[in-house]
Amino acid sequence: MDAIILQILNGLDKGSAYALIALGLTLIFGTLGVVNFAHGALFMIGAFCAVTLNKILNLSFETLDPTRTDFLGNPLKVKTPYVESWFGPDVGAAIIDWSVPLAILFSIPVMIAIGFIMERGLIKHFYRRPHADQILVTFGLAIVLQELIKHYFGANQIATPAPDAFRGSFDFGAMLGLDPNVIIYPYWRLVYFAFAAVIIGGVFAFLQFTTFGMVVRAGMADRETVGLLGINIDRRFTIMFGIAAAVAGMAGVMYAPINSPNYHMGMDFLVLSFVVVVVGGMGSLPGAVLAGFLLGVLESFASMNAIKSLIPGIDQIIIYVAAIIILLMRPRGLMGRKGVMED
Amino acid sequence: MSKLLTRRGLLKTGAIGSAGLAMPTIFTSAAHAFTNAPTGGSVTLGFNVPQSGPYADEGADELRAFQLAVEHLNGDGDGGMLQTFSSKVLEGNGILGKKVEYVTGDTQTKSDAARASAKSMIEKDGAIMISGGSSSGVAVAVQGLCQEAGVIFMSGLTHSNDTTGKDKKANGFRHFFNAYMSGAALAPVLAKNYGTDRKAYHLTADYTWGWTQEESIKAATEALGWTTVNTVRTPLAATDFSSYITPILQTDADVLILNHYGGNMVNSLTQAVQFGLRDKVVNGKQFEIVVPLYSRLMARGAGENVKGIYGSTNWHWSLQDEGTKAFVKSFGTKYGFPPSQAAHTCYVQTLLYADAVARAKSFNPCDVGAALEGYEFDGLGNGKTLYRAADHQCFKDVLVVRGKENPQSEFDLLEVVEVTPVDQVTYAPDHPMFAGGSLGACNPGA
Repeated sequence: MDAIILQILNGLDKGSAYALIALGLTLIFGTLGVVNFAHGALFMIGAFCAVTLNKILNLSFETLDPTRTDFLGNPLKVKTPYVESWFGPDVGAAIIDWSVPLAILFSIPVMIAIGFIMERGLIKHFYRRPHADQILVTFGLAIVLQELIKHYFGANQIATPAPDAFRGSFDFGAMLGLDPNVIIYPYWRLVYFAFAAVIIGGVFAFLQFTTFGMVVRAGMADRETVGLLGINIDRRFTIMFGIAAAVAGMAGVMYAPINSPNYHMGMDFLVLSFVVVVVGGMGSLPGAVLAGFLLGVLESFASMNAIKSLIPGIDQIIIYVAAIIILLMRPRGLMGRKGVMED
Repeated sequence: MSKLLTRRGLLKTGAIGSAGLAMPTIFTSAAHAFTNAPTGGSVTLGFNVPQSGPYADEGADELRAFQLAVEHLNGDGDGGMLQTFSSKVLEGNGILGKKVEYVTGDTQTKSDAARASAKSMIEKDGAIMISGGSSSGVAVAVQGLCQEAGVIFMSGLTHSNDTTGKDKKANGFRHFFNAYMSGAALAPVLAKNYGTDRKAYHLTADYTWGWTQEESIKAATEALGWTTVNTVRTPLAATDFSSYITPILQTDADVLILNHYGGNMVNSLTQAVQFGLRDKVVNGKQFEIVVPLYSRLMARGAGENVKGIYGSTNWHWSLQDEGTKAFVKSFGTKYGFPPSQAAHTCYVQTLLYADAVARAKSFNPCDVGAALEGYEFDGLGNGKTLYRAADHQCFKDVLVVRGKENPQSEFDLLEVVEVTPVDQVTYAPDHPMFAGGSLGACNPGA
């Protein structure tokens, strides 16, 4: 029982990352009709926003400490971050400690700008081209972006810890009156789940309850008619691209403390996110979210020792097996609409 | 008499005689032909390191070390470990008087790409020796290729038992230590610090290196009296280990052994700490985590999570022997930071190759191999070392290290807690963990 509760928590946590990326992918596909393989790279760039802000806050001046020596026997250069000298050691250290949450604010304008440049500069030229062309150009873009990041940040992972307040784990077992220290879950992963829920809710509310969202939904359903009504749908779609980029970016920022970021992390998520989108149904936002959580939970259960000993290797293929079964039974995915990608 | 010995006759006899005398030499030199025999005033070495992909930073450090070694062999720079090396045949005038040049390849840490780049360096660039690499899968693949091509392979960072075990080759030589040695060195330290009554849970990267390390550590800890609760294989591509870590909470295991390297290690260790494993008390004992193979370069990615965690390493820049000091000074002055263990093993392998050629007075891989086999040396940072003839594995002391509690700098992540003497990590060539292969005959190629 404990094991099942823990794997459900794991699944929801994994699922929230899949759902956030798949949500952005579906937004772009649904509005612009573009299959964006560079979406994983946006997630990765988001995580590097956290790394960059951490580096900026850690910008330091050096003083020589003659009492200590470095590895070559020269006097040790002691680094003091500027923020610590400006705001005092305690406040400065607290600002650096909270760099990941602060990076959310930093990442929003950066990601919207990157999304805007990507859409206006490259992707808009491929609207009327076949999906295969779009996939090739966005995949190429993803490789360029990740090589750029590798050039500036190196290939190794960069530790980007969560604030001290969120280190450690929450004891569900003790809360429910069960044995303590058995059902525990890291605070930051709970924060991630809550954050994903807020973002997903926010995007749905924006599309459902604002005039802008209504027009976008109308455009997703029938672009031509909306255009004939004299509404500049292209401009709104560009803004949606920016929003999708910001969602991916924020998902990346919050993910940085869970897995130290490296340049390749976007690709690790990209393929799975596409499976999530297809299983959820191309162009369906609720489908993407539902499939994200469903596949996350399935993947976690498949990693359980009891199941792995029954079917070895199932943890590596479960997502694809599930995708095949679902697509055989519901060829348009869980919540796919008729006519999407079928012409 | 004068009729018999005419001038013309003498010339004829002389010509035939000298031709006859020359015959065997012509045949012997033909018999001694080997792949990429250097003809001009230079000799080309091939450095095959990961220049792209997840191990690119480790590959870059290997390349720095190779460049430094070439510089020192050619008599430039401060000479580095040539000054402390027990053998004195290298004089800083290249190898056998030929200037050392090099070409590089990108392994991408993929076996097929690594074989392709090694093949290209041998066939197109005329490389006479291949060295480098940061993965056992790649090392085994490239070693096999070098055996077929008839060049020497001086492996870089490869820790799987198989490299000098079931996949050993006559043309391949390993300076780096292996998983068995890690287990043998770590076990006594673990017993001293954590006791002999422990229950271990293994998470293992699912490929050749992970399997042999799991086997080695399991055997070494079970010999102490520890029991193994479970061994779980994790996909090499995994990044989120939460679903492998949470089941540990359900067991009565009190030690987690991470047979992971690189990104796997950074992620699994970080996440294990996040899940509060190190704060847990099981069976009345503090829960502990062990990382049997440490890489300082990659440990940085795990940040503070490495503190207090035991592991082993082939070499560390903070050692105080003369060889290490000379190498760290040379490398640190040129590049501004201390070298990694991967850089160290690559530098040493290059010097050892050059030294073997100089002692054999030949570039023929079979002569070079014979010069390396059973060779004992010192002054290269690991104390007295033997290149064992039976399996081409170096035998030397092994370092047990621990994540440092109060690092003084970004390079100061590990502290050496014990130097395990070579006798304690030596095993018989036919040890079951290394059985199944044979060196075969050396291949000099075409």
